Amino acid sequence: MATYAMNGEAAANPTFYLAEEESHDHAHSGGGTMIGFWIYLMSDALIFASLFATYGVLSTSYAGGPSPRHIFELPLVAVNTAILLVSSITYGFAMLAMEENKLGGVRLWLAITALLGMGFVGVELFEFSNLIAEGATPMRSGFLSAFFTLVATHGLHVTVGIIWIGVMLVQLSQRGLHFENKKRLMCLSMFWHFLDVVWIGVFTFVYLLGVLR
Amino acid sequence: MSALHGNHHGEAHSPDLHGHGDTHGHGSRKGYLIGFALSVVLTAIPFWLVMTGALHNTQATALAVIALAMVQILVHTVSFLHVNTRGEGGWTLLAYMFTAVLVLIVIAGSLWIMYHLNNNMMAMTAGEMSNGM
Repeated sequence: MATYAMNGEAAANPTFYLAEEESHDHAHSGGGTMIGFWIYLMSDALIFASLFATYGVLSTSYAGGPSPRHIFELPLVAVNTAILLVSSITYGFAMLAMEENKLGGVRLWLAITALLGMGFVGVELFEFSNLIAEGATPMRSGFLSAFFTLVATHGLHVTVGIIWIGVMLVQLSQRGLHFENKKRLMCLSMFWHFLDVVWIGVFTFVYLLGVLR
Repeated sequence: MSALHGNHHGEAHSPDLHGHGDTHGHGSRKGYLIGFALSVVLTAIPFWLVMTGALHNTQATALAVIALAMVQILVHTVSFLHVNTRGEGGWTLLAYMFTAVLVLIVIAGSLWIMYHLNNNMMAMTAGEMSNGM
């Protein structure tokens, strides 16, 4: 409100960011959090874009090693995709429970989402260990280096998401559904759904198109 | 001022979360379920196409799989990430479109450049290389 009192002086010496803040954020304490986190996600998307580009460039550099058709198991990938997809809707249910201020519902859906996330990471680690046991290690060829870098970066993000859910479960049990926790849950929601979007790119461009090649 | 803005955004629920709540975290149960149903279909079709080879044509299958992925990314963006023209006064959408353009440039540009580079390099055999020197 102070800025309004100063408007007389501000008119003579206009400052753009003040007007911007007034029109969007002043009614919500810490209103910049959402857009700030969104910008972070967009920068994360650029990291994945460069990893996808690297994979695209190296995807046929087998160096005499195995090709996607030989090592990818689509049923396993389908299971993993299904797990991640279901975890998206369960997180959505957590957000709906949050809107209704049902703490128990939020914690239940969050816990289910975390379990599904662990299932996803577990299946991925199982796949990686199978590949490495077959000799398809990241050191084998450019294709496998790019594959492991891209898919493991996504898996690492999911792991961080699971840890974040764990932290939120502790926060919720200690402090309940107050404003700050709701804000954190909304950021985590964006993070989790964003990872699902990245996974669409992974299963399409790495696995499905790889097996087609 | 605060009340005025709350009304402006048109929300009646959770007074401590106006504005931003509506644009990001929320969405209706129906919206989530429709998004989920669509993405199940959009995931199942490409897996089915590739695993059964139903189209009997690699290139057509590849194009269909890519097209379905694009549609699914849009579905997730709208129904799970809740990107729309109103969120944060349109800045969410603007940042999203800007990122999408950058992602396309990075991926398509890298593939384009490296494809041509590879073509030019591979045309040269060991014999040609030593002759050239």
